[in-house]
Amino acid sequence: MEAYISLFVKAVFIENLALSFFLGMCTFIAVSKKISTAMGLGVAVMVVQAITVPANNLVYHTLLKEDALSWIGIKGVDLSFLALLSCIGMIAALVQILEMILDKFFPALYSALGIFLPLITVNCAILGGSLFMIERDYNFGESVTYGIGSGLGWALAITVMAGVREKLKYSDIPAGLQGLGITFITAGLMSLGFMAFSGIQL
Amino acid sequence: MSARDFLDSIEPHFTKGGKLAKYYGLYEMVDTFIYTPASVTRGTTHVRDGNDLKRTMTFVVIATLFCVLMAIYNTGYQANVAMEAMGLEKIDNWRSLPMMVFGYNPANPLSCIVHGALYFFPIYFVTLAVGGVWEVLFATVRGHEVNEGFLVSSMLYTLIMPPDMPLWQVALGISFGIVIGKEVFGGTGKNFLNPALTGRAFLYFAYPASISGDSVWVAVDGYTAATPLGLAANGGLEAVYNAHYSWVQTLFGFEPGCLGETSTIAILIGAAFLLYTRVASYRIMAGVFLGMVATSLLFNVIGSDTNPMFAFPWYWHLTVGGFAFGMVYMATDPVSAAMTNTGRWIFGALVGGMTVLIRVVNPAFPEGIMLAILFSNMFAPTIDYFVIQANIRRRMKRHA
Repeated sequence: MEAYISLFVKAVFIENLALSFFLGMCTFIAVSKKISTAMGLGVAVMVVQAITVPANNLVYHTLLKEDALSWIGIKGVDLSFLALLSCIGMIAALVQILEMILDKFFPALYSALGIFLPLITVNCAILGGSLFMIERDYNFGESVTYGIGSGLGWALAITVMAGVREKLKYSDIPAGLQGLGITFITAGLMSLGFMAFSGIQL
Repeated sequence: MSARDFLDSIEPHFTKGGKLAKYYGLYEMVDTFIYTPASVTRGTTHVRDGNDLKRTMTFVVIATLFCVLMAIYNTGYQANVAMEAMGLEKIDNWRSLPMMVFGYNPANPLSCIVHGALYFFPIYFVTLAVGGVWEVLFATVRGHEVNEGFLVSSMLYTLIMPPDMPLWQVALGISFGIVIGKEVFGGTGKNFLNPALTGRAFLYFAYPASISGDSVWVAVDGYTAATPLGLAANGGLEAVYNAHYSWVQTLFGFEPGCLGETSTIAILIGAAFLLYTRVASYRIMAGVFLGMVATSLLFNVIGSDTNPMFAFPWYWHLTVGGFAFGMVYMATDPVSAAMTNTGRWIFGALVGGMTVLIRVVNPAFPEGIMLAILFSNMFAPTIDYFVIQANIRRRMKRHA
């Protein structure tokens, strides 16, 4: 149990996908103008991450890993070179299914998320989460924890970013830096704050 | 001719149409630093207090007075003690020239003060000069004013430098703090991180050798002395007692450390002044303090066999390291802290809790207050947002 808690804390704070690895930057910067929208996207990323990382974990461990196919009698086959491809496919398929389910059963949530859901398909934080899971050889339980934790960390980062950007609306930013320029500087300064966690061993 | 007459006589050159109109910011800075601005509100206003930015900022500078005195005395005292311990007769840099008159006796207050001043003022002047150039440059190009906030930033920045920080690094740090921490957002009141701490954090990660470790806290080359907090990070309270530090000693500040952070008493006198004049928010200070106490008590209860910092009591957390300085002067920065009253409590508690968390569980950094405040600064707008939303919901329910 303790191992899962420390993995969770690590995924949320110490190895924050957005501010320690700078993953998912395109959506992180494009959709962080308002706190309410940013939170919606953050929740969407968290849900998708919590589904895709364990799903990819299952696929990897039952089909792709070296000797994974031994349960149907095929030995000595290593398909792990397909991991990148299969992760992308899994994420795209799952997001599509999720979108259809939301459209059918939760239309309010579906319209609230709007364009974000398809956008998440190409969010590198999602793919990064799955690839980290493979690289670090998580088991199923760990992959569930890591999926939720890393998604929550990303959601936290984008919410805080949106808060800062709402405050910066009242700033007097030089013309050349307005828009993307100051947002990149802001993200850099925020990761300076997140350095507080770097070095914590759990 | 008085200074007022002189300023008035040269004013036409700086106003619109004058030869030096481009440099109005510079003229305005000198004028309002010395005199109260002449511009007053016209029309009907509802005045509660004649307070303005000038008075607020000047009060903060005044509040650091005891810290500065203590910084000067303690830096010299620590250096003289170190020299006595090493058996050094004189130092081999330019400071030995003026010090020939005073000697290096730690029991002689005058010698300590002069020796400390020779470390404090170079750092302070470099900060003022380099930071001032950036401020005036931005003010001139962008057409805003240079205000007293810069005097606060430069004083606080100086007080959180180690005594023998290389001066070019001091210049680099204040440049980063002023330009990236403040001016790219539009100057005073527009930034979201504390500029002085941004500059220091930049130096902390760019040049860790000159701002962390055991050899930088006493201004004598080749002398290593850990701060009480550094000792505690390795061996807990026992290590602090073994090095013959008592709690009262850390309270008064006779210990190695950054220039102005060592003396908790001097800082608390400044805090009393800031609270009496209502420049700093008591909610933030109390929040930081309570957050620190609660978190350290929590760690005391949890306990640990391997990490002695778990058992470190809260009243030691208060006096060692930069906690008190950060609590009084840095966390209360009205620009980068939370703006709502409830938010201030939460913001403060986050600072205090994070500080203890970093001190106890993060082996990479012995001190946590700097990063804790920067971390909380970026959460401040979000905290305000949720406080305001909760307020809106409550009022809607009341009037529904």
